[in-house]
Amino acid sequence: MSLEVAIVPTGTANLASVVAGMRRAGATPTTVSDADQVARAERVVVPGVGAFGAAMATIDRMGMRTALRERVIEGRPTLAVCVGMQLLCSTSEESPAHTGLGVIAGRLTRFAGDVRVPQLGWNQVEPELGMRFLTDGWAYFANSYRMDHIPEGWTGAMSDHGGAFVAGLERGDVLACQFHPELSGHWGEAVLSAWLSATEGAR
Amino acid sequence: MVAVRVVPCLDIRQGRVVKGIRFQNLRDAGDPVAHAAFYQEQGADEIVLLDVSATPEGRSHAVETVRQVRSVLTIPLTVGGGVRTTEDASRLLESGADKVAVNTAAVARPALITELAERFGSQCTVISVDAARAGRNGWQVVVGSGRIRTGTDVVAWCTEATALGAGEILLTSWDRDGTREGYDTDLVAAVARAVAVPVIASGGAATANHLVTAVEAGASAVLVASMLHDGDTRVGVLKSELTAAGVEVRP
Repeated sequence: MSLEVAIVPTGTANLASVVAGMRRAGATPTTVSDADQVARAERVVVPGVGAFGAAMATIDRMGMRTALRERVIEGRPTLAVCVGMQLLCSTSEESPAHTGLGVIAGRLTRFAGDVRVPQLGWNQVEPELGMRFLTDGWAYFANSYRMDHIPEGWTGAMSDHGGAFVAGLERGDVLACQFHPELSGHWGEAVLSAWLSATEGAR
Repeated sequence: MVAVRVVPCLDIRQGRVVKGIRFQNLRDAGDPVAHAAFYQEQGADEIVLLDVSATPEGRSHAVETVRQVRSVLTIPLTVGGGVRTTEDASRLLESGADKVAVNTAAVARPALITELAERFGSQCTVISVDAARAGRNGWQVVVGSGRIRTGTDVVAWCTEATALGAGEILLTSWDRDGTREGYDTDLVAAVARAVAVPVIASGGAATANHLVTAVEAGASAVLVASMLHDGDTRVGVLKSELTAAGVEVRP
């Protein structure tokens, strides 16, 4: 049986890289166009690049807010990448007028201190004990805003850019990555494969 | 801490890798897909594809080359050359680019930078700046693959471009490109001091020590081309030497 992944088209940028990454990991990517598909899909990927507000507005325009929120709350196989992970939060300093999915209570803030922003490049990921998908390694990041602590009820991996920030989160079959697994070399491919194989047969 | 990136650059003309001495007199050096995969296996942190013929010949971009290169890459891909509109950028991103670099068109119409940043995000929007020394302590922006000197101050332009939304600066020294004399570290330092976004040093690298000096001057990433294409060294060797010099790189 092929590993189907349904991708939420949150915007043009980087979609092709996510699709290519999924294919290399042995999955068959398709694109979803409505909430019903989001609810029924075995696996959903929320790629998300660009601004928090723009990505959330796109999701609202497609009517997918509730379906996505429910999937994540239920811990069904969902991979949220970069801004996709940020959308799980309530709000972001980047787009104060927009509300995220609100699965995680909290506000994203811009990197502070004497560091280059956006963070563009490879940084070390250090997971908590007992994570299923994330391991020690180097990941590629492209972000200006970040979550600063692991929310209650999740396990997480941290990284550092002018202070500690959340590199990734897991809960049930939900994997949220601030980094781009599809651009993180062999290590990133292993993360994708771990999530895909762990969610095989899940529903 | 985010590591310093070693970024091989492939100059592309009609789907083939070429290398230029000051962008002229190009010599064919092979297949872009094979090159990209080869450098990725050596430990490259990112690949840059520049369509060097795009602006002078008015050609459209190497969309098919981008698609092919993307299929083998597990690392980020930046593409530049002849990008004039958000639609041009969109085609490249849809083909598999992760970042798009704009140069001549942004100098002609700086609002393009804001349009790109608003549609795709600053982390997708790279401003490519070719700099030529002008007097003792200054540089002017050159465009059209180095054929037109604009008289615009490089540091002022980089500052403006980041204010407009550029998330990274690909800074090429026109004077050093292809000379093997090392990066123009004064140029790197002047721009890195003036902006908060990452700066990629480009033009003139021939030794690992050149890479170290660019990092010391404030570069977040170093572009390398001829020294790799000529087979003088490998990415892994450069990274070992950077590590030995105390520069943090991805192992």
